[in-house]
Amino acid sequence: MSPAELPGLTITGLRECLRTRDVSPREVIEALRTRIEDVDPTIGAYLSIDFDAALKEAEKVDVDLPLGGVPIAIKDLINVRGQLCTCGSKILANYRAPYDATVVQKLRSAGAIPLGKTNMDEFAMGSSTENSAFKLTRNPWDISRVPGGSSGGSAAAVAADLAFGSLGTDTGGSVREPAAMCGVVGLKPTYGRVSRFGVTAFASSLDQVGPFAKTVRDCALLASAIAGVDPQDSTTLPADVPDYSRNLDVDLTRVRIGVPKEYLIGEALDEHVRTAINAAVEKLQSLGVEIVMLSLPHTEYAIATYYIIATAEASANLARFDGVRYGQRAENAHDIFEHYTRTRGEGLGAEVKRRVILGTYVLSSGYYDAYYARAQKVRELIRGDFANAFEKVDAIVSPTTPDIAFKFGERSADPLKMYLADIFTNAANLTGICGISVPCGFAQVEDRQLPIGLQLLGKALDEQRILQIAHAYEQATDWHKIAAPLSARR
Amino acid sequence: MNFVASIGLEVHVQLKTRSKMFCGCAVEFGAGPNEHTCPVCLGLPGALPVMNHEALRLTLLTGLMLDCEIAPLSKFDRKNYFYPDMPKNYQISQYDLPLCANGRVPLHERAYPSDARGKIDKSVPLARIHLEEDVAKSFHFETTTGIDFNRAGTPLMEIVTQPEIHSPDEAFAFLASLKQILIQGGVSDADMEKGQLRCDCNVSVRPKSRAELGAKIEIKNMNSISGVRRALAFELDRQVHLLERGEKLEQETRGWSDERGETFLMRTKESAHDYRYFPDPDLVPVKTDSLVAEVRSRVPELPAAKRARFVEQYQITDYDAAVLANDVDLARYFESAAQGATKPKQIANWILNDLQSALSAANKTINDCAIPPEALRELVGLIDSGRISGKQAKDVFADMFASGKSAGEVVRTKGIEQLSDTAALEKMCDEVITANPKPAADFKAGNAASLNFLTGQVMKLSKGKANPQLVGEILQRKLK
Ligand SMILES: [Zn+2]
Repeated sequence: MSPAELPGLTITGLRECLRTRDVSPREVIEALRTRIEDVDPTIGAYLSIDFDAALKEAEKVDVDLPLGGVPIAIKDLINVRGQLCTCGSKILANYRAPYDATVVQKLRSAGAIPLGKTNMDEFAMGSSTENSAFKLTRNPWDISRVPGGSSGGSAAAVAADLAFGSLGTDTGGSVREPAAMCGVVGLKPTYGRVSRFGVTAFASSLDQVGPFAKTVRDCALLASAIAGVDPQDSTTLPADVPDYSRNLDVDLTRVRIGVPKEYLIGEALDEHVRTAINAAVEKLQSLGVEIVMLSLPHTEYAIATYYIIATAEASANLARFDGVRYGQRAENAHDIFEHYTRTRGEGLGAEVKRRVILGTYVLSSGYYDAYYARAQKVRELIRGDFANAFEKVDAIVSPTTPDIAFKFGERSADPLKMYLADIFTNAANLTGICGISVPCGFAQVEDRQLPIGLQLLGKALDEQRILQIAHAYEQATDWHKIAAPLSARR
Repeated sequence: MNFVASIGLEVHVQLKTRSKMFCGCAVEFGAGPNEHTCPVCLGLPGALPVMNHEALRLTLLTGLMLDCEIAPLSKFDRKNYFYPDMPKNYQISQYDLPLCANGRVPLHERAYPSDARGKIDKSVPLARIHLEEDVAKSFHFETTTGIDFNRAGTPLMEIVTQPEIHSPDEAFAFLASLKQILIQGGVSDADMEKGQLRCDCNVSVRPKSRAELGAKIEIKNMNSISGVRRALAFELDRQVHLLERGEKLEQETRGWSDERGETFLMRTKESAHDYRYFPDPDLVPVKTDSLVAEVRSRVPELPAAKRARFVEQYQITDYDAAVLANDVDLARYFESAAQGATKPKQIANWILNDLQSALSAANKTINDCAIPPEALRELVGLIDSGRISGKQAKDVFADMFASGKSAGEVVRTKGIEQLSDTAALEKMCDEVITANPKPAADFKAGNAASLNFLTGQVMKLSKGKANPQLVGEILQRKLK
C-alpha cells in the first residue's frame, strides 16, 4: 500500500494493515499529514492540527486495541487536552483545553489517536458551517457548495479522505445533515448513550456526540468506542455497550420500517431527494423489509419547539463566555457592564447572538409560559408520536435533509430557510431517540454528483438495529463505493 | 408603640461537606487563591455538574430537624444573571420545588439576648429551605479586582422565614436557636463571623390599625447575630420615626455599618431582576425518599427534647436544663460529668455558676476548658463525702481551672483535706466547751444560735480544717 493510497482506506481496512504490521501508526499519521497539507487548503476541514502530539502518541500506541493507531478527527467544540478548542468562535480563538472530554479519553483507551480539530458553525449553531468565525469548509463533491453543518469540517474531512473517521455533535441534525450532504455515514446516538462531559454545550437536553465514517461498519466501531455511562455526566444511561460492529449482518425479513406520511408531502422536499428516497424504500422492501405507512401528527411543530428549547438552553450555556476567566476579552472597558457587552459583542457572531437573544426572550418572565413551558409540552406530544410509532415498527425511514448541499451564501440571508434543513432530523433530538444517515444516491446538478442521505430512526438505545438496517442497505447498494472528486480514491 | 414590625429573614448556611456541590474539589477554608478549583467550578467549556448527595442529605436533615415538608423529587434550576463571581453566569439553585417547605424554628427564653430574657415560648414559621451553589469571592485592589473561586460551587443552603418575626430580640433568638440546631445536626459550623451563616433581613412596619404590610426594606451586611439585632433595632426606629412624621417609605436595600451603628441606603427600588429560571437539563431529578430514609437516623435530639429529658433524668430545674440543652457543647459536658454522679444537680450548679463565670473571665469556651468532666464529678464527690468543705472546694476549683490538675491531686498537694478524725474532733470539742461555759449553757437552755458560735470556735482551733458538719453533730451530742 502506497502512502498516497493509505488515506483512502476505511477504518476497518486500516486496522487490518496496522494489525498485520503492514504499516506503522507513524506511517499512517505521516501519510495523512501529506494528504491534509495537500488537499485541506482547498477543503478547509481543519481549524488546527497538532501532528507532533499525534506522532508522539503513535509511538506508544497498542495496535491490537480495537482502534489501535487509527487517527480520528475531532469537532472543535470537544475538549482535547492541550489543544485549541475554539468552538468556531472568535471569543475562544486562543482557548486551549486543559482536559480531555470523556469521548476523547474513550477513544484514546480504544487506541485511537485524536488528530486535528475540525471546522464548525460557531458553537454548533448552523447547518452549513458558514457560521464559523475562521473559515469556510467546502463540500468535497463541489467546492462551491457547503458541506452542511454544524459538524461540516468533520463530515468533509471523512468525505475527502482527510480523516478515517471523525466525531461531531448532533443537537438538531448536526451530524446527520452534513453526513448526508458529504456522502458519508453519520450516527446520532440515543440521548445519554454518549457522555457530554468535555463537549462544549449548545443545548444540553439535545446535544449528543456522534461519529462520521465512510461505512456503516466503521461507524459502528466508533460508536462502540465512545458510548457508555459516565459518572461525570449524570444524563448518561447505565445500559451496557455492545460491540455494534460484531452483529451487523442480519436478515431483514420480519423487520418493519415506518414511512411517516408527514415527511414526504412537504413541498420543500427536493425532487432528487424524493426520487432517491423512494428508490431506497423499494430497495429495503426488496431486502425483505415490511414498509408501513404511519403518521407523526405533531411533526409540523417540531422546528418551532426545537428552536425554543435549543435557544433557551443555549442562552444560559453560552453565558459563561464573558472574558472574565478565559477567552477573548475586550480591552479597556470602564466597568463590568461595558466589559460584558463589548466582550460578547465583539467575540460572538451574528447567528449566535440571534439565538442567545431568542433564548433569553423565550425564558423571560411573562413569556416563559407561552414559549418555553409550551414547547416542553409539545415536546412530550412529539415523544408520544414516536412512542406510538415504535409500537408498530422497528425503525422509521425518511430523507435526512429536504435538500441537497446548497451554495455558499444561498441561505445566509434567510435564517428560517436555513432552520428548515433540520426538519427531518431535530425530532430525534427532541425525543432522545437514535438516528443514522447513510448515502442513498446522488443528484445530478450542473454536471456534478451531489450526495443524498437516507435517515433511519430507531427507538432509544436501539443503535444496533438501525446500524444493521443501514449496513444491509449499504451492502446492497454501491453508493458508498463512489468517492468524492476530492477524495484519495479517485 | 402604635406600629407593628414584620421581619422576614433569609439565612444562607454553608454546609459541612467534604467536597463542593457539583465537583470533587475540597471545601476547605484558608487555602491559597483558586487552589480548590477545577473545570466544573470554574465554568470551563464542556464541564458538567454532578450532584453531591451529601449536600442533599444535609439539607434534608435540616428539613427533618425543622419539621418541614420534604419534596418527593430534588429538582434544580438555573438562575441566570451576569456577575464576575459567577463562573457560569448562571447559578444552579432551586426555584419552584425547594427540597423543604414550611417547618419552623422553636425559640425559648434562653435563646434571647441576655438583657432581654423572659419571653414566652414561640416558634418562627419557615417558608422554604433550598439548596444552591455558592459564588466566588471578589477582592478589590487599587486598580484591579481579583476573584478567588475556592468558594465557588460550595453547597449553600438558604432558609427563608415567613415575615413573622416581630422584634429584633426575636430575630436574635431565631438565629441563636437555628445556629444551635444546625451545629447539633452537624449540618454546618454556622459561624456568622466566618461567613458560614449569612443573613439578610426584610423589614416592614405598619400602623397597628392597618392590616397590609408596609414597604419592604432589605438590610444586608450584618456579620454577627448581635449585629442583626442592632441593625433591626436601628432600622425599626428609623422607619417608625419617618412614618410618625408622615413620610412614606419606599422599597429599598440598605447596608449595615457595625462601626457607625446605623443602616445606610445601598439602592432604591431595584428594577426587578428577571432571573429567567428554567430546569437545569444537566441534572436529572432524583427521588428523595431513599435519601430521607438515610438521614432519619442522623436527626439528633433537639434542644426542646433534651431539655425535657434533663429535667426528668437528672432532676435539675427546667431553667438549668434549658441553659444546658441549648448549648450542644455544654450539654455534652454536663452529661459526661453527670454520668454516675450521685448529685447531678450539684454538677449542673457548678457548671452554670463557677465554671461558666471562670470560662467567661478567662475568655474561653467549654471546649477548651482545663477541667475535664470527670474531674468536676470528682470535685463534687469530695464535697458530698465531706472530705472538703464547700468553701475549700472553691479554692480547689480555682486551682483545677488554672492547672488542669485533678481534684484529688489539688487536695493532696495543698493539704486542705478536711479533718474528719472523730477522736481528734471530740478532743477539740471538749476543749471548746470547757473554755466557753456560757454559750454551752445557753445552747442547753435552748438557744440554737449558740451552736454556731461553738462550731466556729472548733473551726478556729482546727485552723479551718475541721469538718463543720461533724463538729456540729459532736457538739450537739455532748451538750444534750
Ligand atoms: Zn471544582
